[in-house]
Amino acid sequence: MIRIELPTTEGAMRKLTIGDEVSICGTLITARDAAHKMMVETWPAFIDPLIRDGAIYHCGPLSRRRGNDWTILSAGPTTSAREEPYEAAVIARYGARMIIGKGGMSASTLQALKRHGAVYVHAIGGASSVIARRIVQVKNVYLLNELGPPEALWELEVNDMEGIVTMDAAGGSLHDIVRKQSARRLRRLLESSPHFEGA
Amino acid sequence: MELLQRASSELPIDVREAIVRGLSIEQTGTAASRALQTILDNVDLSQQQGTPLCQDTGANIWHVHHPQAVSTPALTRDIRAATAEACRRSILRRNAVDAVTGRNSGNNLGVDFPFITFSQWKQKSIAASVMLKGGGCENVSAQYALPDERLHAGRDLEGVRRVVLDAVYSAGGRGCAPGILGVGIGGDRVTGMMTAKNQLFRLLTDTNPVASLAALEERILTEANDLGIGPMGFGGRTTLLGVKIGALHRVPASMFVSISYMCWACRRCSVIIHPDGRTVFGNRAIPPARGHRS
Repeated sequence: MIRIELPTTEGAMRKLTIGDEVSICGTLITARDAAHKMMVETWPAFIDPLIRDGAIYHCGPLSRRRGNDWTILSAGPTTSAREEPYEAAVIARYGARMIIGKGGMSASTLQALKRHGAVYVHAIGGASSVIARRIVQVKNVYLLNELGPPEALWELEVNDMEGIVTMDAAGGSLHDIVRKQSARRLRRLLESSPHFEGA
Repeated sequence: MELLQRASSELPIDVREAIVRGLSIEQTGTAASRALQTILDNVDLSQQQGTPLCQDTGANIWHVHHPQAVSTPALTRDIRAATAEACRRSILRRNAVDAVTGRNSGNNLGVDFPFITFSQWKQKSIAASVMLKGGGCENVSAQYALPDERLHAGRDLEGVRRVVLDAVYSAGGRGCAPGILGVGIGGDRVTGMMTAKNQLFRLLTDTNPVASLAALEERILTEANDLGIGPMGFGGRTTLLGVKIGALHRVPASMFVSISYMCWACRRCSVIIHPDGRTVFGNRAIPPARGHRS
């Protein structure tokens, strides 16, 4: 398990390779579909200090409010693939060092991770109670009314949030490896049984 | 209310057992084994705390059976009130988004949200079954029209097998593998998918009464796990926990295969409310899901 303190550095990220287990401590910001769309359409300045050298977590948490205090009850990752059209631009513009989500991302994000020195960390999908326990404080929430609670940007302090590096800054992607391997096995399974060949 | 609380925070025992079995066949120290262990930790912690298993408490699908004397508009009002209350208590997330304006309704209620179907039956009790289906797995669900030239899939069970395996490959880990497949053969684009989704109300341990479908369920489960996608798509042996297939009649011109992918957090719960107020909770639809001959 490699401990990562946020904010972090390009050098620290370039040392990570796919398969590394990481434990993340410090402040991160959640952003999902509406937030990503907004970040690349209107380039709001307030985002900058929240992301630079930090982490973006693809998550729409379930929270409870008591007065001005928020508690996060449930906060697993959401599917990252939906942010693919935006993520490369977000990494370039805001200087994120870590993207945390689930399901992995594709070529444009992988290229941005490589160029700018950042990694993609896969959290366990659905492990939302376990992850919520690692959130020690809700520091702020942005655009709550405009975007609604799942889509708002939550600034969260985490302690020992665990994940696995599945895309690294050297261009490695565990998702590509598994996809190619399962495509080969699918081909074998389909070729080995009787079927029509088509025209 | 209690039904929603249980559905949101308690994983059905048959699903938990299937995850434990998956963990026992993954090599220790691999990402796959760690993912399954974290999932089990999460299942136990959520049940203990009464917090949602997953923050995406999904689209809620209700099937209600009721005696003749019970008013369905009143039941609809009760279910919607319980949904809004569960949302206030943070058992359900505010998940209802207006598809035109993009605005969140704020109370988890919307047009056909939750989605409820009613059937009248001869019993004196009311039976309500609810499924919480998250968006990640819904997004990787698929529908094929046979014949499918790309996959060399004809209008027979071999054709069904080919497209279902392709759907598992295409989903990869993005539906929160290890998943459960509900498959609907036949029907139209709506009834086929509804049948597929209703299969997810079945216990993983049941046996399909149609022998050829039981065999196909078994075969697809084995072969899908040979694809090597594994938990979360990290690679490994546990890609699916179960495959459940139902079939409907179709018109001669169409043959659809509808595939509803359910994430490992397969949240289903049911309750029978007897006339004396006694309640009995369970983990599968009551009566059992339709779609196969019985």
